Amino acid sequence: MAWRTVSSTLPPGRIYLSGADAIVEGAVAARCGFFAGYPITPTTEVLERIAVRFPEEGAAFMQMEDEIASVCSCIGASWAGVKAMTVTSGPGFSLMQEGIGHAIMTEAPLVVVDGQRAGPSTGQVTVGAGDVMQARWGTHGGIPTIALAPWSVQELYDGTIRAFNLAEQYRLPVLFMAEAATTHLNEPLEIPSEVQLFERDKNPGQPPFGTESPDGVPPMPSFGEGEKLLVTASTHNSWGFRRTADPATERILTSRLFNKVMMHVSDIAEVEEYYLDDAELAVVAYGFTARSALAAVEQLRQEGQKVGLLRLKTLWPFPAEDVARIGERVKTIVVPEMNLGQLVHVVSASTRCRVVAYNQMDGTVIYPSAITESIRNACS
Amino acid sequence: MSAGWRKYLRPGVTLPFCPGCGHRLLLKHILVAVDELGLDFDQMLFVSGIGCGGWIPSPCFNSDTLHCLHGRAVPFAIGAKRANPKLTTVVVSGDGDLVDIGGNHLIHAARRDEDITVICANNMNYGMTGGQVCSTTPLGATTHTTPRGNTTRPFDLCALVRGAGGKYAARYLVTQGDALVAAIKRAIQMPGFTFVEALSPCPTQFGRQNRMDSIKEAYRYTEAMTLPRELASSREARDTVGLLLTGEFEND
Repeated sequence: MAWRTVSSTLPPGRIYLSGADAIVEGAVAARCGFFAGYPITPTTEVLERIAVRFPEEGAAFMQMEDEIASVCSCIGASWAGVKAMTVTSGPGFSLMQEGIGHAIMTEAPLVVVDGQRAGPSTGQVTVGAGDVMQARWGTHGGIPTIALAPWSVQELYDGTIRAFNLAEQYRLPVLFMAEAATTHLNEPLEIPSEVQLFERDKNPGQPPFGTESPDGVPPMPSFGEGEKLLVTASTHNSWGFRRTADPATERILTSRLFNKVMMHVSDIAEVEEYYLDDAELAVVAYGFTARSALAAVEQLRQEGQKVGLLRLKTLWPFPAEDVARIGERVKTIVVPEMNLGQLVHVVSASTRCRVVAYNQMDGTVIYPSAITESIRNACS
Repeated sequence: MSAGWRKYLRPGVTLPFCPGCGHRLLLKHILVAVDELGLDFDQMLFVSGIGCGGWIPSPCFNSDTLHCLHGRAVPFAIGAKRANPKLTTVVVSGDGDLVDIGGNHLIHAARRDEDITVICANNMNYGMTGGQVCSTTPLGATTHTTPRGNTTRPFDLCALVRGAGGKYAARYLVTQGDALVAAIKRAIQMPGFTFVEALSPCPTQFGRQNRMDSIKEAYRYTEAMTLPRELASSREARDTVGLLLTGEFEND
């Protein structure tokens, strides 16, 4: 595998950053070479910071005419051989869905940062987690990709690097599902001295769109290397020739795109467990809400209640086995979300355990007290 | 004219165009221009959108090709060019793709003077979906979505690009081979945003719906819509209304 170790681009040690700046520094550390974006609250700070930092690092920055052009130019840059990234929020994420589908179909590595807000439509530009299901089902066709759910400034830095690595390793767009609540957060983080990066496997002369294994990732050459690449998002064979009326070609391609994610869930999906060993009730939470959930769990533990937290660091592919395993041990699962109920349905489908939703969609974060209350209600 | 253009075709590919389609001529003109410029085909990237025009480079050209989403060829091309400035980057696509659904990208690329060449195969309708009206369909023309005749004015694409700041625009019929090849060569060689519009008759869809009984008639109809720009100044302004001026147009 093409892993290499590079030095960090920031001085190692403990520093204080905003979530937005941590995303930018994570992208710089990952050696991202191209950014295109369009201003949108609440992620404009990321765009503005990249406009300063990327040219300093010799990387390209472009402010495009809209989010469609942003994601499409990233795919062009990715195929031209550099790591590419865009950043947006709810409405822009909606506009990018067709481009995300193109990146899935042409297997173009790409990082899309979504600083989620409440929605629907223009909605509120304040905090929310409105795009959880859109990250899985937003683009037509239903092929899965990878979506990460950071909960801290530290994880906005580390997770951005991981997003680039996963994008390159699996050749797909990785959706980095930040939230206004975390991008606007300021807190300390630890900068390690070294960064591990996955570099593209080129393998000249090999088919860039097919593998012998049904869940494989083909090598990815770039434009300008004499490979005479035929890149298309129409149904194509392993060399890129369009075969848009051939059932076998469609079946082979779409099942491999599905399998290269879904047969590697345990490698991709990460969770963290807190106080679950003897827990009788578990909270399953992600993103900023998991911070409140942990505070609620720790308070109830002090009161002697057997509660724990399963934090989902990865939303998609969904860590269904981890949820099922916890569901075997506890009597009740509580799923708090800053929306009117999105991931709770997937949690319910993954376990026979009783699942209770707590939803809040008003542009404010869920406080620990609200989760404490919802746990008490679930137990009564 | 060079006859060596066939060596740039991707082996095993059959040209996908209908009988009489102007795109086949345009394909040849682009490859002749590449051949006469002596460009390294492996350092060229052809980017195309969705529609008949998008099939000119993809899969026909044996270079790097990127077949994009409908309307988005220009931003895909810009990303690739910015990421690897050594790539000679040429967009080849249709009028519906580049100007209707993709018009915003086109004018912004011209305004920002992005270093790409855009070649528009203008067949004045949506050919691949069976012949619907688009922003280049002439007034009065019949299409499946204008059964009583088109009542909205078409764009003058070269004027649009120049108005947006594009430094070079040219328009010729696909039958004006020498002029078109020269324009494509100039456009590719000139740094910054350049635009070439090839008027490319669509006998199968547009011709049939407008009662043109032969391929020849479809070409005559298109030719009658044009006027060489050097002749325009000698005419009264009202005599040039509705005509498309052919020639090269440059912004200072």
